[in-house]
Amino acid sequence: MAADTPAPTAAEPLIQVEKFNYAYGDNQVLFDVDLNMHSEDVMALIGPSGCGKSTLLRSINRINDLVDSARVVSGKIKIDGIDLYAPNVDVISLRRNVGMVFQKYNPFPRSIFENAVYGLRVAGIKDRHDLEEAAERSLRSAALWDEVKDRLHEVATGLSGGQQQRLCIARAIALQPRILLMDEPCAALDPIATARIEELIHQLRGQYTFVIVTHNMEQAKRIADRTAFFYKGRLIEEDDTMNIFNHPRDPQTEAYITGRLT
Amino acid sequence: MNPAPTNDNPFAGDNSGIQQRETAARWALRVGSYIVVLITLAIMLHIFVKGAPVVFQAKWPFVNTQFLTELPATLHVIEDQQGNHIETDVNGADAVKKKLGEDFRAEKTISYSGGGILGPIVGTALLVVVSVGVALFLGVACAIYLSEYAKHGKFLEMVRLAILNLAGVPSVVFGLFGLGAFVLTAPTFVDVPAERSVFSIPLGFTTLSFEGWDTCVLSGGFTLAFVILPVIITASEQCLQAVPQGFRETSMALGATRWQTIRYSVLPFATPGILTSSILGIARAAGETAPIMFTAALAFKDKLPWQKDLPPLPADASIFAHWEQSVSRFLGIFTESVQALPYHIYTLAAKIPQNEYAERAQYGSVFVFLVLVASLAASSVLLRKRLRAKYRW
Repeated sequence: MAADTPAPTAAEPLIQVEKFNYAYGDNQVLFDVDLNMHSEDVMALIGPSGCGKSTLLRSINRINDLVDSARVVSGKIKIDGIDLYAPNVDVISLRRNVGMVFQKYNPFPRSIFENAVYGLRVAGIKDRHDLEEAAERSLRSAALWDEVKDRLHEVATGLSGGQQQRLCIARAIALQPRILLMDEPCAALDPIATARIEELIHQLRGQYTFVIVTHNMEQAKRIADRTAFFYKGRLIEEDDTMNIFNHPRDPQTEAYITGRLT
Repeated sequence: MNPAPTNDNPFAGDNSGIQQRETAARWALRVGSYIVVLITLAIMLHIFVKGAPVVFQAKWPFVNTQFLTELPATLHVIEDQQGNHIETDVNGADAVKKKLGEDFRAEKTISYSGGGILGPIVGTALLVVVSVGVALFLGVACAIYLSEYAKHGKFLEMVRLAILNLAGVPSVVFGLFGLGAFVLTAPTFVDVPAERSVFSIPLGFTTLSFEGWDTCVLSGGFTLAFVILPVIITASEQCLQAVPQGFRETSMALGATRWQTIRYSVLPFATPGILTSSILGIARAAGETAPIMFTAALAFKDKLPWQKDLPPLPADASIFAHWEQSVSRFLGIFTESVQALPYHIYTLAAKIPQNEYAERAQYGSVFVFLVLVASLAASSVLLRKRLRAKYRW
């Protein structure tokens, strides 16, 4: 189990998941998950559909609160040692610090500019100059600026799929979060667009802490520092990505990465 | 029955019972659909053939302006010895009789069938404005709450059941409810409470008295609002649900509050549908007779709601006094009882002796009514198209 693995760095982990149990109504989907994620790492969560990896991801910014029946059964998720589910935590400021990119690229049917600054607008920033600056900064970071700088005020849904997904990344990093959660960010994209997103993650590595859910094991190998394998709501194994794929300790992990477990 | 196929085509139909039943079912369904179309066409054609000649005319300006711009009046028909009929109003009758002299044979009067239908048109318009305003506010608020805030559970099911039941209430029940609630007991500010006031709360400078609003546009509009409320809630909720869940999640993930999410990322995309449904609500509100019978509508009224006898202002009245009187004249529109198209049609068709003149007025009114409602429906389709083009995802 991952909990037995000593942390590779001495530093305090940024995200600590402790004995986390999570359920939709009576249907428990996460069991006693213990997982540490370190600052500036890229962590990949892998596992077959329904294994709970997306639920864990969506619990980190508490976006799963939107699901009526979802509830924490027991355990904690901490960022910087602060329990996210404590009553005094404001989900709004949590989400400003923990950005999220979804599987289906879904820019709002508004202009590219309005998409990029959405998070800032709802945070109450009105100054046109500040907004323009932030839009340029985040679009540059997302490697999209050169492609869209002449049509910032055209509707975002006119972009290609890959561009739309990079716009979603730009939109998330406009708020300068510390953590970026990505829920299968390339699942709806073609291989070229996927490559560009992966390249982008490489460029942004070190600026943000990435937690990425992926079904694509090659992708996990390419982008992740560490990989956690989930099966049936339990964390089976968590280790350096190379170790997971080359020397898995658990037979279930091995079965999954060799395609014998679905 | 065909004989067994002689060639050896394995796909040849054998015209079995299954195939015959298929053909029969298809034709039965097709005939049913044709009948529906035929009935709709028959209604439209009937109203058009009988009503259009009343509203349109061969001479310039091709539209019977009198019918659209005058209040209903009693029609006087005077017959001369040659059997010619001369139509006139109450003021013209004596002059015509004098002119005919010996030639005069008989005079008939037909209530409400002369003049025009401006009064009912204005009344219906006012009722629609009030009812749609009230119903949109309440309905959209309720739909947003149900769709965006309320959690699935017992309460939500109860509310939905209530809305469903509201939709099933016969409209005359709404009429009686409106009579009891709005005409007789709704709260209003008065200086001295009326005798019939249910109870009153003195507030010092004025008194809040539950003595009702009387028969007026406001009472009728509120009653109609409850009739169309279920339509608006249900339709609005569907439109809200049609907005992708991803918009909400993304917006919230970017640190928006629920209300910001609704305001910027849900409502704008649901508005086209909500407006469409509310325009259909207008058509429904305009067409209801029973809810306004006891609450707003009169069979006959010889004034428009803003034609009120207010005391004339003194010659040196301040501009403020003029302004105040204009405001009270405007607000007074909503505390007047009115004529309304559906009730006017009912009166013409059921409350006066039937003859060709009454029938003419009936079909003219129905034709105008149908055109108004149809143009509302058409505008809702256009509006939806334009807004859809603007907000696509």
